[in-house]
Amino acid sequence: MKAAVITFPGSNCDDDCVYALEEVCELSVDRIWHKHEVDLSPYSLIVLPGGFSYGDYLRCGSLAAFSPIMNLVRAASDRGQLILGICNGFQILCEANLLPGALVPNSSLRFICKDVTLKVENNLNPWLNAFKVGDVLTLPIAHGDGRYVIGDQAQAAKAQKILSYCDAKGALVDGANPNGSFDFVAGMVNEKGNVFGLMPHPERAADLRSLHGRKLFESIINHLREKASA
Amino acid sequence: MRNSDSTPSTVEMAIELGLSREEYAYICRKLERKPNFAELGIFSAMYSEHCSYKSSKRYFKRFPTTGKRVLQGPGENAGILDLGDGWAVAFKMESHNHPSYIEPYQGAATGVGGILRDIFTMGARPIANMDALFFGSPEDAKTHSLVRGVVKGIGDYGNCVGVPTVAGQTLFHPCYTANPLVNAFTLGIVKTEQILKGIAKGKDNIVMYVGSKTGRDGVHGATMASKEFSSEGELERPAVQVGDPFTEKLLLEATLEVAEQNLVVGIQDMGAAGLTSSSFEMAHRGASGLELNLDAIPQRETAMSAYELLLSESQERMLLVAEPKNLEKLKAIYDKWDLHAEVIGKVTEGSRVKMFSKGELVVDLPIELVVEPPMPERPQAAPSDLKQRWFLERNRMLATPLETKVLSLLKSLNFADVSPIIHQYDSMVGNRTLATVLDDASVLRLREIKSKNIRLALATDCNPRVCWLWPQEGGRRAVAEAALNVALRGAEPIGITDCLNFGSPENTEVMWQFAECVEGISQTCDFLKVPVISGNVSFYNETDGKPIYPTPMIGMVGVIEDNLPLPLSYCFSTELELGLIGPLVGGLGGSLFASEFFGRDCGQPEETDLTIVDRMIKWCQVIRRKKMTLALHDAADGGLLAACLEMAFRSPHECTGISLEIPHEADVDSFLFGETIPRVIAAYEPVERVDLEATSSRGGLKFHPIGSVNDSGRLKIFQGSAVVLDLAMKDIRSRWEQKYKVFF
Repeated sequence: MKAAVITFPGSNCDDDCVYALEEVCELSVDRIWHKHEVDLSPYSLIVLPGGFSYGDYLRCGSLAAFSPIMNLVRAASDRGQLILGICNGFQILCEANLLPGALVPNSSLRFICKDVTLKVENNLNPWLNAFKVGDVLTLPIAHGDGRYVIGDQAQAAKAQKILSYCDAKGALVDGANPNGSFDFVAGMVNEKGNVFGLMPHPERAADLRSLHGRKLFESIINHLREKASA
Repeated sequence: MRNSDSTPSTVEMAIELGLSREEYAYICRKLERKPNFAELGIFSAMYSEHCSYKSSKRYFKRFPTTGKRVLQGPGENAGILDLGDGWAVAFKMESHNHPSYIEPYQGAATGVGGILRDIFTMGARPIANMDALFFGSPEDAKTHSLVRGVVKGIGDYGNCVGVPTVAGQTLFHPCYTANPLVNAFTLGIVKTEQILKGIAKGKDNIVMYVGSKTGRDGVHGATMASKEFSSEGELERPAVQVGDPFTEKLLLEATLEVAEQNLVVGIQDMGAAGLTSSSFEMAHRGASGLELNLDAIPQRETAMSAYELLLSESQERMLLVAEPKNLEKLKAIYDKWDLHAEVIGKVTEGSRVKMFSKGELVVDLPIELVVEPPMPERPQAAPSDLKQRWFLERNRMLATPLETKVLSLLKSLNFADVSPIIHQYDSMVGNRTLATVLDDASVLRLREIKSKNIRLALATDCNPRVCWLWPQEGGRRAVAEAALNVALRGAEPIGITDCLNFGSPENTEVMWQFAECVEGISQTCDFLKVPVISGNVSFYNETDGKPIYPTPMIGMVGVIEDNLPLPLSYCFSTELELGLIGPLVGGLGGSLFASEFFGRDCGQPEETDLTIVDRMIKWCQVIRRKKMTLALHDAADGGLLAACLEMAFRSPHECTGISLEIPHEADVDSFLFGETIPRVIAAYEPVERVDLEATSSRGGLKFHPIGSVNDSGRLKIFQGSAVVLDLAMKDIRSRWEQKYKVFF
């Protein structure tokens, strides 16, 4: 079982992801530079980390979506491999059409960095199976462009929201949506469920803060172990 | 005025570029000729106050700069302290005041960019930023756009590069209305064997230019920062640089790869005065000469003159010196990161820098003459009205009801929730942040160092009110307070950097303030054995003849060498007692309360007793080793009352009520609002009281029980059995939370 963390020029949470997966979750991790078109098929998990790939020029994630490695990520997705996009990684997945919708500037037009509470909407997936539906977790966000929008309702119906912004009690109410996302979306999976994008940073809560990030990574590892033993 | 590079200069040209008549005469005499226009540009930048420290340098001898941890003291791009086990920290603070007033967003952003480069140019990976921001009166319309622009500039740059902004200080005072201060601090960690220096040496070694192309932006930035503003300051706008944090991130990673592979002899950021300062300073440190071909510089614009290439302050550029055999490896690294890297010259023997443009020798100067301008002796004089400033109308205070006084303090913009600012900064990237500015000091873990437990604590501090009323005490207190802040989080203070912001050195009172502040800083550093390892001076912070208050900002670093839990800084339950450790009452002179009550800064600040500060720092260590469950917070601006409120407001629990009892022997105002340091508030479980009292007494410190927190919803103050104040906490809290929101 091996994970790949991809570094684009301007990625800045790649180190943090490697640390969380390797040192906290004891997974073996390879770092992959975006220009190196390596075979991704051996990796059980491919992580697109947070940061400011290409300085957010043009639009967040738009230039990285055309990076050489992304063709290989797309092929990995077609093969059903697990692909996790965190923050800028989520933006890249949307720009690359691996997830529907787009992430646009926060409704406040300001960068926001703080802990937020999130509600687990679905746990029948590789990503959140260690939680129960309705669980409220705390993870930090740190983004300027995290407002999820989706125009195509047909696409929206196929993909699925599995993590919502909520208040401390788990309610989706005014004031609980930090960036103005459509339908309180904090994390989405594609139709097949193998591609997950989320704005909050689980790698920052792996051995610090709430530790809920660690539980998220453990969900992934559980799933991979079960699949391997099946 | 398009002069060609080789045009001989005149005294009029020299004066227009900011040189004095005497300096120009000195240059001509030493050179035995008139410098040409390009050379004059070099002198104007290097003789500017900003680059040369000509008015301040003589005072630096007073600073203690040595100690067992000091690997690099002042004089390099940043200072370095040893952490042991082959690791060290590099840190420095710098101002970007003038550019930030002219163009707040780019000014602040490039301030962060510049200080980041000062750190990674030493081979260190930046892991934390702090910022100290001083703005003018909120009634001034421009203040709002300054706050918005500066905060966004700092956030956008640091967030993008991926260095967390973890602590800092924000203060509003009318003296900063036309001269806001933006001071940026960066700390990096480095393996001691990978430390790089800004040095050029080794005959025939190559000189390389790396990073962004050179444009016309920022030409003469250093000269601009060495003049006071007039109301027509708007005209200076083209002298502000434009930042590109994305390129900075690439440059950072590339530089660290170069350091890791040990490929360079020396490297330096092209900061103030761009290629001019980096080339002359590197050659000076290495006692070598340089020959540069300016045509080889990657250029963003066409037809740039040597003068412009030399003085451009285009951002995200470095100059490096390497052995020729490493050229291919260097090219490969910069190519990987899509950065320009061109050989533009070589190191020579001798002591001159020669520069060629279009085949012609346009610059041929002796290095020493350029980097060592004559040091003017600036006269100093204490102000004649000091006694008036120290007058505090105590009777009026005594005759005023307590509620009026409390409300006057609570309305201060300097007693406010700073979250609207700090939530715009990524404070966590890097996965090291354990505590932030809200906790008196920020704490970072160093996950790179596996061989031992080590955490760092960082804080900034300066109280300009005290500095204006009594500069020496202001200097003393700034260091003492910063040391106390890191100690409260369990750290031992190990070193400081300073950023000395003052008015014009040609003003005798300003020069007196400067000398006195340096003395005060040095006294505390001596006493606590904390060296000054780097620093920066920003003079000419004055507009239309009105200087800012003296603002010697201190950036303090402390170290925690164990894995004990960090003490909290907020109420961790709704049923806690409150105690005061340190003097029962504080001085009202120079207090925030006195300023708000009288509408002017007044009174003589009390002298900080460094013996007690030292005891308090040691006591913090004792308390931590006892693993007592308690929260500690320092009573600073606003005194004891403000500190207690902050501890309750920051609690994740429903700490909606506070009861305080004024001890019968205490003067009410001095007890609640006085600002002598060190006064530390402890919140603790009632069972801990006896132990806390005994520990304090053994540490030579006074302990006074002062009240409790609860969930009553009221702020109640008792004197004997009488209730002398009873206010709804909800109202106080919502006002505290709302104050900074008006800016965003």
